[in-house]
Amino acid sequence: MISFTVNGKPVTVEDPPSTPLLWVIRDSLHLTGTKYGCGMALCGACTVHIDGDAVRSCVAPVSRAQGKKVTTIEGISPDLTHPLQQAWIEIDVPQCGYCQSGQIMSAAILLRENPAPTDADIDEAMSGNICRCGTYPRIRRAIHRAAEIQSQQGGK
Amino acid sequence: MTVAAPMKRREFLKAGAALSGGLIISLYVPHFVPAGAATESAKPVALNAFVHIAPDEIVTIISNHSEMGQGIYTSLPMLINEELEADWSNVRVAPAPVAAVYNHTVYGIMMTGGSTTTASEYDRFRKMGAMARLMLIAAAAQSWSVDPQNCHAEKGFVVHASSNRRVSYGSLAEAASKITPPTDIPLKDPKDFTLIGKPTHRLDSPSKTNGTAQFGLDVYIPGMLTALVQRTPVFGGKVVSFDATKAKAVPGVVNVVQVPSGIAVVAKGFWPAKLGREKLEIQWDEGPGANISTVAMREQFAALSHTPGNVARKVGDPAAALAGAAKTITAEYEVPYLAHCMMEPLNTVVDIHEDRAEVWSGTQFQTGDRAAAAQVAGLKPEQVTLHTTLLGGGFGRRANPACDFVTEAAYVAKAANAPVKVVWTREDDIRGGWYRPMWYDHFAAGLDPSGNPVAWTHTVVGQSIMDGTAFAQFAIKDGVDSTSVEGAADMIYGIPNLQVDLHSPKNEVPVQWWRSVGHSHTGFSVEAFLDEVAHAGGKDPYELRRALLANQPRMLAVLDLVAQKANWGSPYPAGHARGIATHFSFDSYVAQVAEVSVDSDGTVHVHRVVAAVDCGRVVNPDTVKAQIEGGIIFGLTAALKTEITLDKGRVQQRNFHDYPMVRMFESPAIEVYIVPSSEKPTGVGEPGVPPVAPAVANAIFAATGKRVRRLPIKPEDLRSA
Repeated sequence: MISFTVNGKPVTVEDPPSTPLLWVIRDSLHLTGTKYGCGMALCGACTVHIDGDAVRSCVAPVSRAQGKKVTTIEGISPDLTHPLQQAWIEIDVPQCGYCQSGQIMSAAILLRENPAPTDADIDEAMSGNICRCGTYPRIRRAIHRAAEIQSQQGGK
Repeated sequence: MTVAAPMKRREFLKAGAALSGGLIISLYVPHFVPAGAATESAKPVALNAFVHIAPDEIVTIISNHSEMGQGIYTSLPMLINEELEADWSNVRVAPAPVAAVYNHTVYGIMMTGGSTTTASEYDRFRKMGAMARLMLIAAAAQSWSVDPQNCHAEKGFVVHASSNRRVSYGSLAEAASKITPPTDIPLKDPKDFTLIGKPTHRLDSPSKTNGTAQFGLDVYIPGMLTALVQRTPVFGGKVVSFDATKAKAVPGVVNVVQVPSGIAVVAKGFWPAKLGREKLEIQWDEGPGANISTVAMREQFAALSHTPGNVARKVGDPAAALAGAAKTITAEYEVPYLAHCMMEPLNTVVDIHEDRAEVWSGTQFQTGDRAAAAQVAGLKPEQVTLHTTLLGGGFGRRANPACDFVTEAAYVAKAANAPVKVVWTREDDIRGGWYRPMWYDHFAAGLDPSGNPVAWTHTVVGQSIMDGTAFAQFAIKDGVDSTSVEGAADMIYGIPNLQVDLHSPKNEVPVQWWRSVGHSHTGFSVEAFLDEVAHAGGKDPYELRRALLANQPRMLAVLDLVAQKANWGSPYPAGHARGIATHFSFDSYVAQVAEVSVDSDGTVHVHRVVAAVDCGRVVNPDTVKAQIEGGIIFGLTAALKTEITLDKGRVQQRNFHDYPMVRMFESPAIEVYIVPSSEKPTGVGEPGVPPVAPAVANAIFAATGKRVRRLPIKPEDLRSA
C-alpha cells in the first residue's frame, strides 16, 4: 500500500510499488488529464509534480510518491485561473490538445523558478515536451504572456 | 495531348460519394439526441440534425467531423451560428453519432480527411443554422400572431421590434421543433458576416488546458479491462503457436487471447498488460515479409525509376524537347517511409452485448469503423453505437482503410468476453505500419538557351496507398494511383513539354495516407528539382517561379506576398540563406520561405519560416494560421528528423529516441500571411506541410552549395571540409 496526496487529496493505492505513477494516476485514480505518450520519459506528456519537482510519471515508480504531494494538471488551478491556463486560452495554444497537460506542467516549473524567462530559457525548459501538432511557437508566446500575467498578479 | 490525366481531386471525391450511394445532403431531423448534449436540468430539442437548443439557452452544434486539432469543433459551429444568430457564449459542440444524415457531403460516408471539412460543410452548416433560425422566428411569430417577416433574430432572441417584444431561443426551441422546416433558405451575403472571417477563440481551448478534454485513451467504463496486443514482428506474419503461461502468471493479467492480428494480453490496467505481454512466447510464421530491407528496396526503386512507368500525364513532346534542349539536367530524389506518430497512441474501447455493442474511439472513419466492429461482433451496423472522442492527433492514421485498430479491438473484446480498451504503445505505433510510402523520383529537365525550362520528365516510384482499398476502383486509372502523383502530374507551373509517369511496386509493408498524402513527397521533389533548374539556367528561384506561374494568378499572389514578407533578395546575417517553394494542394495555394544556417558539423538550423496561403474564404483566420504553423513543424520533422527503415523485415525504429520529433529548441519563428479571398473555402489542414522541406533544402543549397536530394536531411552529408 502506497499513500500520498494527489492535488491535495490523500490517496492510498494497492498497485505494486514498481508500477509507473502514470498508470496509477490514470488506471487506478482515473485522473485522465495526465497523458501517456512514450513510456520512456522522451515526450513529456505524462509530466506531473512531486513535491514541486517536474517528474515524467511514465518512468517514475509509484513508490517514489510515498508520503509526497503529487500535483497533476487537474490540480494546477480549480478554475482555469493559473497564468499559464489563462495565456494558453488567450493565445489558443492547443490543437489536438493531447500533449498540453504535460506542456503546462513543465512550463509551471519554469515560471516558478524563472518569472521572466527568455526564449533560450524556454528552449531549455520545454525541449523535453513533444508536440506533434507543432504548437511550439504558440507555447513560446503563451509562456511569455503567462509571465506577464503572473507579474501583474504579484508573482503568485 | 494528355494521355491519362490523373483523376482530379474533385472527381475522386465524387467517386467516393458514388461508392456509398451518392451525395446525401439531408435536411431531416434525426430521431435521437446524442448523449452528452443533455444536462440534467435541460433536455435539448433538435431543430435539425446539427442544431440542438435546450431550455437553458445552451445551443449544441452536432459535429459530424472529428476534432483532431484542426479546429473544426470551433469553425463548424461558427458556420452555423453565422446564420443561427445564437449567443456565441452559449454555443457548445458534441460529436455526432454514426448516421447517414452525418455523411460527408462529398465522400458519402461519415469520415474526416482530405482537408475537406470546411469546404464540404461550408454551405450545409450555414443552411442548417439558417433553417433553425427561420423555425425559431416562425415559432415566435406564431405565438405573437404577427408576420414572421417583421421579426428578426438577435443574439439568441427573436425580436418583434414594432411591439418591442423578444423571446429567447431556449424558450422557443420546443415550439420551433414542431415547425415544418423551410425549404427556401436564403443565406447571408458575405459582406454581412459577423463571425465568419473573424478570429474566434477555440471552443475546446479551456478543456485542453485543465485535463478535462476526453480522448479515446481517457475512456473508462465499468468492468473495463485493458489489453495490449503482440503483433507480428514482420509485416504479413502469422502466429503459429504461443505459450501464455508466464504471461498469465503476471499479477493483474486476466486473460490471454488470440486474435487475427496477434496475441492479446488482457489485464486490469495498462501496466500489468504490458508486463504480461513481455512474457509471451510466440512462434511466428513470418512469411515473405521477413526478406524486406529498405536498402534493397531503394536499389529496386532506383532501377525502376530509370524505366518508363505508367503515364500519369503527358503534355507536348517531352522526349523531343529534351533532345533539342540547350542544356539538360537530371536528378534523383528520395524520401523514406514515415509513421504518423500521433501523440495519443491508437486505442479503442469496445463493449459487446448480445444484441448491441458500443465503441469509443478517436476515429476519422466512423462509417467504416462501425461496420467493421459490427461485423466482428456479429451485429448489424445499426446495433453498434460508435462514440467519437477527441483525437490526440490523426494525420490520416485514424482513417484506416482496413479499419485496423477498431477491428482488432472488437476481436479482443469478443475473445475476452469483456469490455476492453486496446492500447497501442509508442513502439506499437512506430512499428505498426500503415506508413507514408517510401518514394524514389527521377527527373530530367531541358532548358532553352535563355535558361527557361522547356521540358520536364518525372518518374515516380512508390507503393500505391489506394491499391487494395475500397477506393482503388476510383483512385486508380490506367495503372496510375492519382494520389501517388498528385502535386507532380497536376503541377501548375507552365512548362510546355511535360511527362509524369509512375511505377507502383508492391510489398508487405502496409501504407496509408499521411498528412498531405502524395504531396508530402512531390512537394519536396518537384520544388527542390525546380530550384536546380533555376540555378542551372542562371535564374533566381523566385523569379523563375514567377515566370512559370504567369497563368496562375492566385499562386502568383501568394508567391509575391511571401517573397515580400520574407524580404527575398535582401541581405541576411552571415552564414544564413533563404530558400523558397510553393505548392498547390487540397485546392489551396501555399508558398514558404525558409531561412537557415548550417554549422560546420552539418547541423541545420531553421531560423525562420514565412508562409503565405490562399485557401479561399477564411472561416477562422487564427485557425488557418495555427494549421499552417503546425503543418510547417510537421513537415520540418519529416525534413530533418524521421525515417522508418526495415532490415530482415524488422522496423528499426521504436520510440522518440530513434524516431525523433522537432522540439521547442528546433522550432523556427513562423509567420503566416493569408491572402484575402472571396473564393470558396479550400483545405488548410494539410497544405502547410509540402513546401517546408523544399524551402529548407533550397536554403541549404543557397547556404552551402550542397544539394539535398534525400530526406531526412543528414548532417553527415552537409559537413564542411
